[in-house]
Amino acid sequence: MPEQPDHLIGSMPDAAGHFGIYGGIFASETLMAPLAELTEAYDTAMQDSQFQAELDADLQHYVGRPSPIYHAERWSRENGGAQIYLKREDLNHTGAHKVNNTVGQALLARRMGKTRVIAETGAGQHGVATATVAARFGLKCVVYMGEVDIKRQEANVYRMRLLGAEVRSVKSGSQTLKDALNEAMRDWVTHVDDTFYIIGTVAGPHPYPAMVRDFQAVIGREARQQMQQDYHIMPDALVACVGGGSNAIGLFYPFLDDREIAIYGVEAAGEGLASGKHAAPLCAGRPGVLHGNRTYLMEDDGGQIIETHSISAGLDYPGVGPEHAWLKDIGRVKYVAATDDEALDAFHTLTLTEGIIPALESSHALAWAAKLARDMPADQSVLVNLSGRGDKDMHTVAALDGLTL
Amino acid sequence: MSRIQNTFSRLREHNRCALIPFITAGDPDASVTVPLMHAMVDAGANIIELGVPFSDPMADGPVIQQASERALLHHTSVRDVLEMVRHFREKDAETPVVLMGYLNPIEITGYEKFAQAAATAGVDSVLTVDLPPEEAEDFTRIMRQKDIDTIFLLAPTSTTERIERICAVSSGFVYYVSVKGVTGSSSLDITAVTAKLNTIRLHTALPVGVGFGIKDAATAKLMAATADAVIVGSALVSRIAAHQDNPAAILSEVSELLAAIRKAIDE
Repeated sequence: MPEQPDHLIGSMPDAAGHFGIYGGIFASETLMAPLAELTEAYDTAMQDSQFQAELDADLQHYVGRPSPIYHAERWSRENGGAQIYLKREDLNHTGAHKVNNTVGQALLARRMGKTRVIAETGAGQHGVATATVAARFGLKCVVYMGEVDIKRQEANVYRMRLLGAEVRSVKSGSQTLKDALNEAMRDWVTHVDDTFYIIGTVAGPHPYPAMVRDFQAVIGREARQQMQQDYHIMPDALVACVGGGSNAIGLFYPFLDDREIAIYGVEAAGEGLASGKHAAPLCAGRPGVLHGNRTYLMEDDGGQIIETHSISAGLDYPGVGPEHAWLKDIGRVKYVAATDDEALDAFHTLTLTEGIIPALESSHALAWAAKLARDMPADQSVLVNLSGRGDKDMHTVAALDGLTL
Repeated sequence: MSRIQNTFSRLREHNRCALIPFITAGDPDASVTVPLMHAMVDAGANIIELGVPFSDPMADGPVIQQASERALLHHTSVRDVLEMVRHFREKDAETPVVLMGYLNPIEITGYEKFAQAAATAGVDSVLTVDLPPEEAEDFTRIMRQKDIDTIFLLAPTSTTERIERICAVSSGFVYYVSVKGVTGSSSLDITAVTAKLNTIRLHTALPVGVGFGIKDAATAKLMAATADAVIVGSALVSRIAAHQDNPAAILSEVSELLAAIRKAIDE
């Protein structure tokens, strides 16, 4: 196991975008100059107090931050064991954590003089969050979405269209998130001059994993302060779901140097890790290169990317952010998995006991948190990132109950 | 002297431009690839670029994506591709073969193991689209140890600094991507390409090939006036797609198009 640096915060990535052996830039030559330009623009913006002020103002007045932390007392009591707290990213404008990042990248796009933004989306949350900020800033917006996902997330497709975005169906490969990402990259390479690619997760070539993390780290910064101010404690454990891993890194990052806090990333075990039908590269994959970075992947013996399975479109991705790959290898974060059934069970339980309908993605984190809490004493606490709300999943859950909405 | 150097120096003596067709190995199935490689040499190809299929070909347009999908339907692997090259070498010891693809299938094989197997099979060079020089130090060193040339891409967006850096680590030839876009894109701007080639030539003595936007004999002819090699991919692969159930038609159609391009660039 590689050694952990004394201070994890600020230690990665290196100048070339590496998190240990992961990350980097694995992109075609045409994108190398635009990526360098983006890195420079981002570094400059982060040093610029005016940019920070704009970002903070938008997060407060447009997104609705800070999002509260809610003590799920009834659920904790019925579950038994530790107290469960929820970071309510589901209360953000557009209903998920994704908007924290799209606001930041859209401000950057405007600063760079780009007039068109593109995005990939799985569950549609990032697509909606991108279409939303594009509408606000008057940017042309194209969202790539796999045909399979378009069918299971119709409501979000309609929302994006209402917001003025063009949703382009991707019919290549497995027709899910990874193929949408391929297609968005192809668009970017063709329109590099006027287009800004808003990647929705902490993956892709440098600077995306670091940039998206920095925009999402507002979650953990707030949470660290709120737990102390509102509840006068520090959590004993953190739990978040991991698809690409943006909500997870957003919560985890500001806590990385609090070594006494256990951190868990929950991948989608689909029909079970043993079934092979899952989306858990950190738990059951191996390192490789895809979508511009080196990371853990779901791949076959020949290095071909294999199709993933998860009930939640947002976790249905064969890769994961390179920082998670590094955090796994150094042992700072423990990566586990929850099955479709476990996630559904947590979805229903939280809805019935707390009156909060969580996204299916977040339900994976809830499922693991409930399990974890049961083995902890009642005076300890678990903080879960409730990354999104479940309105978009009504069709999926209803279909499992034999209903068509 | 390597096969690639040999090929270019012979062509230079006669003031001819190299013609480099691209096909995806195993498209539409393994039995077509080697006969097609021989047929392309007969039709005037000087170097063959053989695509290694990958599930997520981010730099390719729909035509070559679908070629990869067809090849992967029957699980064409890196090992299968090398076996095709070995088979090709039984009858052709001269025509250079360049493998073109993405890093992951090579990475999972292991650089050393891949380099050894590729050299044994008779591969001359490898071009990995998603591996820029920044990440390619080990890769380049290990390939060179086995006398396998490493070809890198240059693009319209490449800065002078990058052109310098990329030329320094390239061997065999330099591949200029003539358009901002994926393979099979249209709208090639000959004037802009010519200007960029002139800049590139200030930094390297290597031959410069041009690809990504050459779809017919006419564009190939225009390009051949300034480039050392023209690379034709999607135009050929779409002929393969059109006749995927008829191997004889694939051979004749691809040969016919290639011969027409050969004739045009030699005029």
